[in-house]
Amino acid sequence: MDVLDILLQASFWAATLRIATPLIFGTLGELICERAGVLNLGIEGIMTIGAMSGWLFVYLGVDLWTGILLAAMIGAAFGLLHGILTVPLGLSQHVTGIGITLLASSLAYFTYRVLLPDVATPPRIEPFQPWAPDWLLAVPFLGPVAGQQTALTWLALVLVPLLTWVLYRTPLGLALRTCGENPVAAEAQGLDVYAIRIGAIMAGSALMAVGGAFLTLSAFNAFFFEMVSGRGWICIALVVFASWIPWKALLGALLFGAFDAFQVRLQQMMGGAVPYQLFLMLPYVMSILALVVMARRAAYPQALMRAYVKGQR
Amino acid sequence: MRLEPRQQASPWLNVAAPLGAALLALVICALPLALAGADVPEAYRLMLAGSLGTRFAITETLTRAAPLILTGLAAAIAFRARLWNIGAEGQLYLGALAAVAVGTGFVPVPGFLLLPLVVVAGALAGALWMLGPAWLRLRFGVDEVVTTLLSNFIVLLFVGMMLEGPLQDPMSLGWPQSAPMLDEASLPKLVERTRLHFGLVLALAAAILTWLVIQRTRFGFELRAVGANPDAARFAGIAERRVMLKVALFSGAMAGLAGVGEVAGLKGYLTQDLSPGYGYAGIVVATLAQLGPVSVIASAIFIAGVFVGADSMSRAIGVSSYIANLIVATALLTMLLAGLVTRYRISR
Repeated sequence: MDVLDILLQASFWAATLRIATPLIFGTLGELICERAGVLNLGIEGIMTIGAMSGWLFVYLGVDLWTGILLAAMIGAAFGLLHGILTVPLGLSQHVTGIGITLLASSLAYFTYRVLLPDVATPPRIEPFQPWAPDWLLAVPFLGPVAGQQTALTWLALVLVPLLTWVLYRTPLGLALRTCGENPVAAEAQGLDVYAIRIGAIMAGSALMAVGGAFLTLSAFNAFFFEMVSGRGWICIALVVFASWIPWKALLGALLFGAFDAFQVRLQQMMGGAVPYQLFLMLPYVMSILALVVMARRAAYPQALMRAYVKGQR
Repeated sequence: MRLEPRQQASPWLNVAAPLGAALLALVICALPLALAGADVPEAYRLMLAGSLGTRFAITETLTRAAPLILTGLAAAIAFRARLWNIGAEGQLYLGALAAVAVGTGFVPVPGFLLLPLVVVAGALAGALWMLGPAWLRLRFGVDEVVTTLLSNFIVLLFVGMMLEGPLQDPMSLGWPQSAPMLDEASLPKLVERTRLHFGLVLALAAAILTWLVIQRTRFGFELRAVGANPDAARFAGIAERRVMLKVALFSGAMAGLAGVGEVAGLKGYLTQDLSPGYGYAGIVVATLAQLGPVSVIASAIFIAGVFVGADSMSRAIGVSSYIANLIVATALLTMLLAGLVTRYRISR
């Protein structure tokens, strides 16, 4: 089996999409926050609590979509906290974000341990089943790839054009981008910079939490400690890689997913000749490399990480 | 009514703010404790008794404080210069790895040289690893927050690789753990029949050294200038890049030393669960200390007390010890809020 064989497998492309899905949610979520001018380092923790709470609600008996919705609301609540601390109060976006990550993940672990004090194996739920429209299933090659995806993957893919439309074709999108580029101009237009920024962080955080919930409600069927394992940080790198453009974020997430799916297969091909940790390192190394390549030409939102104080320049 | 910046916070306020923040965090975390079904006053009483109640409890808290002082210093000095080193966890593990590589008998050196060599190797490993993200920022403009965070995962995998490969103890029956440190390479105990070791002295010395460096040297002055206003510092002829690289080395070295203390003083060998997040907790320690190297000692002891107390409370009444992580995270956010009080005042 060589590289070409891998690329011709439907299972490889199916895995690519599956690995990319939480990254698409997370990257789009972070992109919304940063386009409004606020870095959200709470992403890792928000994905963790999204994964835990989505799973927990379904475990307690609600249906899968309600679980997703509740996870999104909890994500938005943490976004609100991040927003209040960084926008009107103007606290350091770096340190506050790390604080949100520590808070959200420790709350997730605490809640999980309190409700399930002594379980040996994590309890399972019935996750999303694969679903695809019939016409797509009939297409050769694409059919088997699509046939393995769940509704959440389709939702992630639909979000990309939807977000593009909102950002570039609606007054709301224009207002949001103005807040991230030039909040003084936004204020002069009569826009409420604080409200728009906080709203953007809440919406973005909700998406991050859905990305986390995908892990427990679709990719796996249970919650594990440390299961997000740096996906949030990878999303932050992907936003820079994507130059804050939604379709490039999709491209980045898919490239990343393909790479990750590829390394798993490469690992199997190589047997035990190379330590498996080297393969597991590759995604993180790739993210750093992507940052190095893109950082110089990245068109940062001009007001990113700059607190805006009303009435001051 | 509006907020206006204070010229200078009173010394009283600078002490009251972190105390208030810590207290507020404990008050807020009473809610999750109560929801978990605990008797809140009793739980906090058990935490206090478990962290400071007996001589043994105090030595346990101080044992935990040693790595937290060092990772706190790593964050404090970096944040002062606005270098966002969130990679202390990884630097800690590399410091521990270097200590184990030198201290388990691979390097043939006379016994009396072994311990100094272990300490230097650990500090150097942490420092050199931090040089990477700092260089990427200065050369390519890559945000060091993301690179240091991602590098933590790379280091942990690398440590796993070493512990299942060249550094694995042949006597460990396949378990991923290093050979034990030689006696000459180990830090002596401070108090007999407790776990308190010489690493605490190392940490305290590092805190005082950091204070001296920041307050009394030219490098310290440049570092403060770069942190206060990078543009003005550049204008005054300060070589910002060189200062940043030095800060990165210093910060990484502190985190590396934390790893040295844990293997050479406490555990005696390296496993993949050496640190329960000391690197990340260091950020909280530094923030609570308002980035002051000497105050880091006090805030590290507080955070260590929370962890030790929560473990003991958890054993007594069965509430998850993750409450400690929750209190620590809340304390970071309440301290950020308290920082506002020291920097602004309400005027009419």
